Amino acid sequence: MIVEIDRVRFAWKTGRRDILDITRLEIAAGERVFIEGPSGSGKSTLFSLLGGVVSPREGTVRVLQADISQMPAARRDRFRADHIGFVFQMFNLVPYLSMMDNVVLPCRFSHRRFERAQTRSGSPEAEARRLLVRLGLEPVELLGRPVTELSIGQQQRVAIARALIGAPELIMADEPTSALDEGARKRFLEVLSEQCDEAGASLLFASHDTRLGALFDRRISLGELNRNGTGMPGQTP
Amino acid sequence: MLRLALLSVLSRRVTAGLTLLAIAISVAMLLGVEKVRRDARGAFANTISGTDLVVGARSGAIQLLLYSVFRIGNATNNISWETYQDIGNFPRVLWTVPISLGDSHRGFRVMGTSGAYFEHYRYARTETLQFDSGGPFVDVFDAVLGAEVANRLGYALGDKIIVSHGAGDVSFVDHDDKPFRVAGILRPTGTPVDRTVHVSVEGFTAMHVDWRAGTPMPGLAITADEARGMDLTPKTITAFLVGLDRKIAIFDVQRRINEYSEEPVLAIIPGVALQELWDLMSVAENLLRFVSAMVVATGLLGMLTVILSSLEARRREMAVLRSVGARPLHVFALFMSEAMVFALAGAAAGVVLLYVALLVGQPIVAREFGLHLPIALPGPGDWWIIAAVVAAGTAAGAVPAIRAYRLSLADGLSMRI
Repeated sequence: MIVEIDRVRFAWKTGRRDILDITRLEIAAGERVFIEGPSGSGKSTLFSLLGGVVSPREGTVRVLQADISQMPAARRDRFRADHIGFVFQMFNLVPYLSMMDNVVLPCRFSHRRFERAQTRSGSPEAEARRLLVRLGLEPVELLGRPVTELSIGQQQRVAIARALIGAPELIMADEPTSALDEGARKRFLEVLSEQCDEAGASLLFASHDTRLGALFDRRISLGELNRNGTGMPGQTP
Repeated sequence: MLRLALLSVLSRRVTAGLTLLAIAISVAMLLGVEKVRRDARGAFANTISGTDLVVGARSGAIQLLLYSVFRIGNATNNISWETYQDIGNFPRVLWTVPISLGDSHRGFRVMGTSGAYFEHYRYARTETLQFDSGGPFVDVFDAVLGAEVANRLGYALGDKIIVSHGAGDVSFVDHDDKPFRVAGILRPTGTPVDRTVHVSVEGFTAMHVDWRAGTPMPGLAITADEARGMDLTPKTITAFLVGLDRKIAIFDVQRRINEYSEEPVLAIIPGVALQELWDLMSVAENLLRFVSAMVVATGLLGMLTVILSSLEARRREMAVLRSVGARPLHVFALFMSEAMVFALAGAAAGVVLLYVALLVGQPIVAREFGLHLPIALPGPGDWWIIAAVVAAGTAAGAVPAIRAYRLSLADGLSMRI
């Protein structure tokens, strides 16, 4: 199991109503899972929980057999850097860093991913270049340009490269396609699945767009899973 | 984190540039005030040495020092030649040099003195006055020019100069019937001597021999040659310098002079009077320092505003950093580093700005205020100021850094827009 959630309750502030109340969730290694649910169903909160940014009020969260809900904050941060790659809806890139610097950023925070990128291609930069070429970004011409000049589709692909560098076991994508048009969305999904397969990473893909679900191994409806989901606009846009 | 901070600052060139400029100007001002203060003290302290006492009509010690040595302000009263002679004969008195003031030449003060002045006057502790060309007065109507007078007015040996009555820049009454001949030009000293026209006390008297009560006597015109034949011993002088054979006697002689019964006179020890002047000035100096420090604080506040106002727009960036494994402490360090980059670069730019200003302003200050500002490397005091500014700037960075820390803790990975 790459992810195991057991009787988890979570509230953003103590005393507030629980946003998440999940009895059980299991995701196997290498699985590509689509998590569907409308805005406010708790997708981003679930990701924060799995990413170890927050801890549950009750219950256990295991990622790669490690009980991250018991870890101190600093270790959770390190764990996230080592084992999880994120792709967000938009604004994935640090605006003042070059494309190259954006992609190798996780290697600066995680020694493990630095080493894995190095083993794979000789250096994090070489690995970044390899990934960017695989993702259809010709880095030679784009490397020097500010990332803010890239199209949104290009930015999202740079974000995939950053999530994949150093081969983390789990990739989490939170509405990564909602800023893309139809054609770009399809290409993005293909590239993402392909790259996760190639890297042997599990993929957790959250979206409100149920049409995308057909492309995944398994679909989970967060509305059904989460006993406290409201479907109201809340934490995320 | 420092590299990230550097790139982040660089990416906001315009706002960062203006913020830097504000800090740089404030640092340059603080360092500049400190420098002018220090150099002014140094210049004043270096102006007179080797003179044990300065004697003049009874007034304030600082006033006497200012008009007799620094050519600032005017004497309220003169002292008689007899008194000068009398005191010159006091025991322990080795030499005396008379000083007569009140006239000017094209904005420069004219000082009547004796040849002994060039022998006994010392500046910068031990330096004596050196002649660049020519020598001391020989004739009654000889003049010795300070370096700056000769330089600015383009005088050479043998030139005739006409002294104006009164010490102002513009005078309506000239002693044009008795021109002086340039007999000597002094080397630069960096003291008020450079801006002085020296004539003999006899020459000074000769100019006024046909004057009574501050105006030329109608119908009485005495030519220079006629004056040469007259007794030109002055009746009064403005002040005189005293050298003693033993330093230990200074207080004794000073007391004796101050108790002199024939005429109310005042003897001052230059160093002591200078100290009194500093005590008087220290209020203004401290005020100036305080204002400069406030300007630095304003510059740093501007920096805080810039960093704080960017915070909202950068919440996404913080979430991205958190997602790749940055701890909230990293985010804190990023913002602290940004403040440090600002403060460091601002202080560095301030130092550069100060030296540019010095290069440009040095000749102007020297000309207008007679203050020579040497361009030297920053002293230990300056480094302390620079270090304090950088430390204060970095510490101020804690305000946005703590806010960013809290935000990144609260936001986590959620991208609030």
